[in-house]
Amino acid sequence: MAENFEQHSDISAADLARLTQEAQAEATPSTAKIIWSEFKADKPAMAALIIIVGFILFVMIGALFINTPKMMETNIMGYFNQPFTADYWLGADSAGRSVAKQLIVGSRNSIGIAIGLTVISSTFGICWGLISGYFNGYIDWGMQRIYDFMMMLPMTMMIIVLVTIIPHYNSVTLTFIFSIFYWEGTSRLIRSRTLAEAEKDYVAASKASGTSHWKIIFREIMPNISSLIIVDCTLSFAENIGVETGLSYLGFGLPSQTPSLGTMIANANDPNNITQYWWTWFPAALEIIILCLSISYVGQVLRRAADASQRQGSIN
Amino acid sequence: MWKTILRRFLIMIPEVIILSILVFLLAKAMPGDPFTGSINPKADPAQIHHLMKINGLYDPWYQQYWNWVVHLFHGNLGNSYQYQEPVTRLIGGRAANTLWLALFTMILTYVFALPMGVYAGRHEGKLPDTIIRVYTYVTYCIPFFVILVIGIWIFGYVLGWFPTTGSISSSANNWIQTLGSRFYHILLPGLLGALFGTVNIVQYLRSEVIDSKHSDYVRTARSKGVPSKDIYRHHIFRNSLLPIAAFAGYSITGLLNGSIFTETVFSYPGMGLLFVNSISYRDYTVITALVLIYGILNLIGTLLSDIILSIVDPRIRIQ
Repeated sequence: MAENFEQHSDISAADLARLTQEAQAEATPSTAKIIWSEFKADKPAMAALIIIVGFILFVMIGALFINTPKMMETNIMGYFNQPFTADYWLGADSAGRSVAKQLIVGSRNSIGIAIGLTVISSTFGICWGLISGYFNGYIDWGMQRIYDFMMMLPMTMMIIVLVTIIPHYNSVTLTFIFSIFYWEGTSRLIRSRTLAEAEKDYVAASKASGTSHWKIIFREIMPNISSLIIVDCTLSFAENIGVETGLSYLGFGLPSQTPSLGTMIANANDPNNITQYWWTWFPAALEIIILCLSISYVGQVLRRAADASQRQGSIN
Repeated sequence: MWKTILRRFLIMIPEVIILSILVFLLAKAMPGDPFTGSINPKADPAQIHHLMKINGLYDPWYQQYWNWVVHLFHGNLGNSYQYQEPVTRLIGGRAANTLWLALFTMILTYVFALPMGVYAGRHEGKLPDTIIRVYTYVTYCIPFFVILVIGIWIFGYVLGWFPTTGSISSSANNWIQTLGSRFYHILLPGLLGALFGTVNIVQYLRSEVIDSKHSDYVRTARSKGVPSKDIYRHHIFRNSLLPIAAFAGYSITGLLNGSIFTETVFSYPGMGLLFVNSISYRDYTVITALVLIYGILNLIGTLLSDIILSIVDPRIRIQ
């Protein structure tokens, strides 16, 4: 390109390289760079990020070394073993099963479902919001009516009914069932931003030059609202941890033989457990609180990074 | 104005019809028939067959649906198989419990949230504002059922300040004791729900106050010499009251959906607990009725909020 340029203009190659460098230095830094500088400026956010990533890696890898069926076997010798002993770091539950091991496998299951749910429901919600906001006529009207209808459904009840109907479900089917009901928030947010974005000049210019609708939606509008999408995905991830654990707590999520943070908290439903054997449920509750707070905090930092007027980090 | 409300009502009708069909089909698809569990295991299969037949369980689904709708309009939701009692009567008592709890939680939420929102907006960027923002952020992030479990553990079991099950104690004799006992039982779930449900109202009110601080009417009031306290109390706060009231509709739907968790944790005999119990017994006349009621209540809540908002903000009406 440089040679080509030289033939038609009188700027030398060295000048061109210098000008390019200058322009790049002045240009808006990349999103990744902004986010990174934001984390560097905010030490608690850095700590939260390290906690999340470290913890997720720990449970994902740790769970590989645990034989789940063996762990879930009843072991009468360990009946309500006290915590902080050599064999049972966090004690044992009424069937003598190690709480610490259950916690690791349970976290793996719960976090895995939350990640899957976030990916599926966000993808669907983003597409829904983009299409609904961009076409903005009868299509939008129809899609909005479906949205209204979904909003009317009592979500928790519908999920419980569906879980009861499906005879053999596992974590994958469960993720899909949850996804049916948890795309609305994302789609609403994305739609309102797309409505504003579709009014802008670059969209009009693209339309005038004959770019196809799909290319405008997914290659032009979507990258422009990517920061919003990142923030929303992070925040819904935090919420989604609560979705699966909540349903499992009620007994309609993962089956009781599959440990989940929710089924572990459900130990608290027994008045004996909740008062005397706090270690059977409290670690799981504490873990959910720490995870949700850390993830949402990271989400807040990402939100700041997306909004130039709120940034705290300095670039360069 | 009236056109907006009317249009909203018209849109509601197909939504309710589709909901009722959906709910009915889902209940039909649930495994097991309602008799197998409730009668003597030695009973003659032919007798069960006969029971199924007279209850219309072999008809095609649209026929059953139509019968159900006709009965619905006569106020007859069928009998609960688990309790052997008409569903309307069964739900009636539970609904009152749930609605009392929801109403109480909502009032408490407003009592906590309104002063916090105004205060945070008034002292924007200062320490109280930071504290309130951290508080709303923390309460928003933590899943509600975890809070309920920890709340009942600390205040119900360890400290023993509040009852941990039921809606009324058995020793209440006269109406004063009954009322007091009922109130005592909804106090802890109500407080927890309110303390952890303020985020929407506080955030809205805060940004509203910050916006109005620099508006013309506030400047006019200041130049007339109205004391700062009165400006916040009478000018800014009163202006944001209606949109805040509109949150009531949405928060009712949120509270109803949360009631399943609240009532399970506190063993509080409301509609949420009834639903969870009915699911385990495959008591699908109760399940259909409850899902339908919750759906319609959601719809009414949203409708209420939309109507209030369209009164406040004429731009919404035009769409």
